[in-house]
Amino acid sequence: MILIHCPYCDEKRPEIEFANAGQAHIARPLDPSGQSDAEWETYLFIRANPRGRHHERWRHVHGCGRFFNAVRDTVTDKFETTYKAGEPRR
Amino acid sequence: MTRFSALSLFTKAFGGHQNWPAQWPDAAPKPAYDAIIVGGGGHGLGAAYYLAKKYGINNVAVLEKGWIGGGNTGRNTTIIRSNYLYDESAHLYDHAVKLWDGLSQELNYNIMYSKRGVMMLAHNVHDVQSLQRHINANRLNGVDNEWLTPEEAKAYCPPLNISPDARHPVLGAALQRRGGTARHDSVAWGYARAAAALGVDIIQNCAVTGIRRGADGAVEGVETTRGYIASKRVGVSAAGNTSVIMQMAGLDFPLESYPLQALVSEPIKPTFPCVVMSNTVHAYMSQSDKGELVIGAGTDQYVSYSQRGALHIVEHTLAAICEIFPIYRRMRMLRTWGGIVDVTPDRSPILGKTPVQGLYVNCGWGTGGFKATPGAGDLLAYTMAKDEPHRINAPFNLDRFRNGRLIDEAAAAAVAH
Repeated sequence: MILIHCPYCDEKRPEIEFANAGQAHIARPLDPSGQSDAEWETYLFIRANPRGRHHERWRHVHGCGRFFNAVRDTVTDKFETTYKAGEPRR
Repeated sequence: MTRFSALSLFTKAFGGHQNWPAQWPDAAPKPAYDAIIVGGGGHGLGAAYYLAKKYGINNVAVLEKGWIGGGNTGRNTTIIRSNYLYDESAHLYDHAVKLWDGLSQELNYNIMYSKRGVMMLAHNVHDVQSLQRHINANRLNGVDNEWLTPEEAKAYCPPLNISPDARHPVLGAALQRRGGTARHDSVAWGYARAAAALGVDIIQNCAVTGIRRGADGAVEGVETTRGYIASKRVGVSAAGNTSVIMQMAGLDFPLESYPLQALVSEPIKPTFPCVVMSNTVHAYMSQSDKGELVIGAGTDQYVSYSQRGALHIVEHTLAAICEIFPIYRRMRMLRTWGGIVDVTPDRSPILGKTPVQGLYVNCGWGTGGFKATPGAGDLLAYTMAKDEPHRINAPFNLDRFRNGRLIDEAAAAAVAH
């Protein structure tokens, strides 16, 4: 089982305490009614799915309950870093 | 190609089985082909076979980065069924089930298709309602599916625990009798052998590294680890790696790739006569002809290409198996493994054209692609040959994520496929 560092608790905890919440840094449209179908498609459905470095959200659901962001390699599953929500993309 | 028969088996047996010829040549890439299939799994090899057999395109290459059938084709739990809720899905998966019938004869290769029945368990009131809705929808679409009481389910599958005080009580089950299993390796080998006999080049250890496009944007060929290969038709059937290939053509896809695990027990005598699936507690099982219990677990929660999954996923599944089939509690598991499945937002596949002229795709089968192997191969071949989708795969286009015509089997089929 992988260990994940929660940037709020500042502890490495087992994966079962966490819930993955998909790709990180996807901004909700500020003007929903002004979006085209293509823009909605990109926002709702298109995902990076890279083979390698991936930005994703996690939630420490059985801990502090907070969302944070992480950079992980999708081939080795190793975490490069985790950082608090709202901090710039690393 | 040596035709397999009782006579050929008998004659070779007298020679100590020493003189069987190679079943298909290990081809080197030619400079150009009329069509290229990226991905040498069952789907890709099937597409090459049907291109040559049904649609008159014989100058075809199948490019496989590893060995054929070494990806999800050799990693699944070999379940075949077509009891999907929506009309589009029922037609798609039943097209495949119809092709499974008689495939051994067509390919002259024993794929061991066994119609032993697929039984899906209901553990609560919601399951009962959902499965009965599936049965009704299936029967309207001409797909067999029937309701069993707990006692009938127990009679069909004796190891089942139907005690009312069980951890996961069985309130009934839906049985598709035409469902079953097939030997997955044979499916890849059978298609490869039959396709090669029709002129298809099966090229292994050949990873695609780029897609070359002309000034008009149309596909001209693919860059590979074994050099450039020209073709105006390229069909991508690369399962978990589809996003990576599509990026080479500048296309972003609505896919995420997850590890899906399976495991087998030590081999025992035949005890388990059918396939049983329980979507609610996430466990499904059958027994292979070798005697191993073949058990399907779930996907990991994060995107990964690692082809292995976390142990707690397996533990969760085995806990459920031990409750539903208590007689197997003391069995040992021999092997576990993972395959990378590409999952779409609506859990239905994408099978058709792409915005790039000459580039076709067959992907997004998620956790349930094996059952569709002959159908997906046939429909990808049709789409590539005619440059338009067949009416069966037309609804499974890429545009549905823009126009909203999703085929939302996610809610319909719960988790297991």
